[in-house]
Amino acid sequence: MTLFIETLLGGLLAGTMYSLVAIGFVLIFKASGVFNYSQGSLLLFSALTLVTFIEMGLSFWSAVLITLVVIVLLSILIERIVLRPLASRNVMTLFMATLGLSYVIEGAAQGLMGAEVRLLDIGIDDNAMFVGEILISQFDLVVACLAMILVVILAIMFSKTRIGISLRAVADDAAAAQSIGININRIWQIVWAVAAVVGLISGMVWGARQGVAFSLSLVVLKALPVLIIGGFTSITGAIVGGILIGASEALAETYLGPMVGGGITPWFAYVVALAFLFIRPVGLFGEYKVERV
Amino acid sequence: MRRKEISASSTSKSPSQSEHSALNSKSVLTILLLAALIALPYLSSEYVVQVIVLPVLILGLAGLGLNILTGYTGQISLGSGGFMAVGAYATYALAVHGGITFFPLAILFAGLITGFTGWLFGLPSIRIKGFYVMVTSLAAQFFFEWLFLKFPWFYNYGDVPTISLPPMSLFGFEIDSSYIVKYYFTLAVVVFLTWIASNLINSHIGRNWMAIRDMDTAAGVIGIDSKKYKSLAFSVSAFFLGTAGALWGLIFLGTTSVGSFQIDRSFQILFIIIIGGMSSIRGNYIGAAFIFLLPLVIDYFAKTFIGETVSPGLLSNFQKFLFGVMIIIFLIKEPEGLDRLVRQFILKLKVGRA
Amino acid sequence: MRKNPIGKDNILEVCDVTLAFGGTVAIDTFSFSVERGSICSLIGPNGAGKSSILNVVNGVYVPNAGSIKFNNQQYRRMQPLKVASMGIGRTFQHNALFGKMTVLDNVMTGLSRKALSTVPEIIFKLPRARNEASSFLRKARETISFLELNEFEAVAVENLPYGVQKRVGLARALVSEPNLLLLDEPMAGMNKEEKREMSDYITDINRKLSTTIVLIEHDISVVMELSDHVVVLDYGRKISDGDPNIVKDDPEVISAYLGVGL
Repeated sequence: MTLFIETLLGGLLAGTMYSLVAIGFVLIFKASGVFNYSQGSLLLFSALTLVTFIEMGLSFWSAVLITLVVIVLLSILIERIVLRPLASRNVMTLFMATLGLSYVIEGAAQGLMGAEVRLLDIGIDDNAMFVGEILISQFDLVVACLAMILVVILAIMFSKTRIGISLRAVADDAAAAQSIGININRIWQIVWAVAAVVGLISGMVWGARQGVAFSLSLVVLKALPVLIIGGFTSITGAIVGGILIGASEALAETYLGPMVGGGITPWFAYVVALAFLFIRPVGLFGEYKVERV
Repeated sequence: MRRKEISASSTSKSPSQSEHSALNSKSVLTILLLAALIALPYLSSEYVVQVIVLPVLILGLAGLGLNILTGYTGQISLGSGGFMAVGAYATYALAVHGGITFFPLAILFAGLITGFTGWLFGLPSIRIKGFYVMVTSLAAQFFFEWLFLKFPWFYNYGDVPTISLPPMSLFGFEIDSSYIVKYYFTLAVVVFLTWIASNLINSHIGRNWMAIRDMDTAAGVIGIDSKKYKSLAFSVSAFFLGTAGALWGLIFLGTTSVGSFQIDRSFQILFIIIIGGMSSIRGNYIGAAFIFLLPLVIDYFAKTFIGETVSPGLLSNFQKFLFGVMIIIFLIKEPEGLDRLVRQFILKLKVGRA
Repeated sequence: MRKNPIGKDNILEVCDVTLAFGGTVAIDTFSFSVERGSICSLIGPNGAGKSSILNVVNGVYVPNAGSIKFNNQQYRRMQPLKVASMGIGRTFQHNALFGKMTVLDNVMTGLSRKALSTVPEIIFKLPRARNEASSFLRKARETISFLELNEFEAVAVENLPYGVQKRVGLARALVSEPNLLLLDEPMAGMNKEEKREMSDYITDINRKLSTTIVLIEHDISVVMELSDHVVVLDYGRKISDGDPNIVKDDPEVISAYLGVGL
């Protein structure tokens, strides 16, 4: 029984790391209906930039600050050069542009900053903590709290601030929002910047967990099942989806793994997602869109 | 009310119309091209045939397969690599475990098997739209990457999980006997399947696919069964990809493993159709040539002008960067890809002659 | 409310249809009949539910209550895929054309449902497939000529002016020779001359091809000229039904429109 609770809890907490990544996607999808494939490479880029600045001798927090500035500038650049010219095209075209963008960012990041694995220490040690008899990872716990705080901040931002409300207007109907004077380009810049910041936080967390290397950009492939289960448009969904995937992966590896000789983790999440596609395609918190002819 | 200008450049290739000009400049060019391809081994070296033209033909065929699903029917798939793997491994299994050593038959059955798996993985996404299709294709991609490593049966219990072209026959020739045999067989398959694809695309089936791509709710209302035609697109696309995979893995490479068919292969094929031109047949081959040859060209220039000091890592990252930039540029400036540029060039030739 | 006397041949009868979206009732116990070979107009203020009725007849929406009777067959709901083969054609308010395809291809999609050639016949270009393809092409070109769209045949629809696009939508619906044609605001966004042309086309379709037409239209003068029969809606309910000249003087209709010139 202890094993079960431990595995479950460990999975839930580890799942919040998936949630963090998924939130970045939700933000952009909510604002523009586009699945931003380059979010993973933004993660890699921000983590690499951070590590590079730290290696150059900057203190941890200065490096974080400068990286923040760099990635915000990058997202403004992306909006101006890539998104604006494609604004009137369909979401599939925009998706393919983000695919191209991911190649640009990865190629540039690794070309300029190197491709070897680098260690990142963000000051959270991976100690084992005991709650009663249950073993929990301190790192996972801190990340989970971080994710919660982020969600609360974003939720406040969306519902209370003027920018948040404008964002929801743009998400609903971009043309209408524009006609009442909302500057769509500014909104997109803001959304991409926020998504980039979320990417930085995710990059820091994942980089600390498994080292900063190319494999970081592949987290996007893990985010997809989370989005299917939680819904592409809901931050709550990203949290719920993430921890569900984390938990089911952990449980599957422990209990089903021995039966098939291990190695379940890479694809189990996709099996769960496929099942969801049959039962509830829009995800737990997603919205059904009525297509008007 | 705004009047849009209708210029000559806005006329598209109409599938229905191309059936009807029997011997026009397009056919003449096609015949010339075919003649050149047939004569190729006698006009140039083994290197050009084996290392340049052969892979471009096969990648073009793969592009054509993906185009049927993504370019014409509008369902984005990132599973091309996985389906190519199915074709390669199925051909191998049919030969080694099934005893079918007549290559054309083995590759045909392998294609049909791949078509079936394409249909299977397409089922969950039939009823839904948007990015969900991408998810099922990714699931297929990862599943096949795992499958062909996990079960030794697929690589005949060898020490390493690779498969090689087994002894197989081709109308009296041993398929491995010479590069010329391999080349002509590949050319025959590519030409034949391209003809079939063209017939499909220029029929009501092709139009239905495009209708589904452009607005599938409207398609339903005029009596087009989206589910049926999407399923058909998934199957046909997978058939083409499987055939291309068998040719790539067993004929071109000779020895292959899952490593040749991973997700970067899926991206490569997608880039081929974006740059070559989605919803175009000729574009696939143009795109394949471009995507396949560009790295070779970059390599050559780097070695010649910068010298041996360029590290392979830097080179590959630069290529990555360049591809990404090109994709974005093409999407913004030339959404119909290189095919449109070629079309306009041909148009200029015709006008020049007239 | 006018009831159709016994003996009239009604191609379409909408019987007490109610349609609700969540809490909002779009159509409320709505009934009307359309006589075969006539032109019937549905008019009413914006949001009155007119498009929704067409969507119910088309099968795009499923009514919460009521039924549809077509060719004397009663249906609880219409199946969108079957509707076309039953002989009901439709145009849409926002055209719903296949943007990247040419005019010719768009019109030919209207014939898709009649295609009988199988995949093997198509991929090997067997005679039946070739013959079917050329007969489709011929029929599409006939319709294109009928609506005078010849010069635009090879142009991608998204590059055409709005008014021409509307005609293409009409051609696409017409090519499969429907018995009942549902037109959703076929003249929206057109100037006087284009409306004149479109009216003539609609009259031609009705007279020469014997097609029954139900149309949604805002321009009252057009409605008066074209229709044999007018049905007026407001807030999802029928407020008048009958001969155009009688309806236009109906006080309820006038108050619903609140002085918008009749």
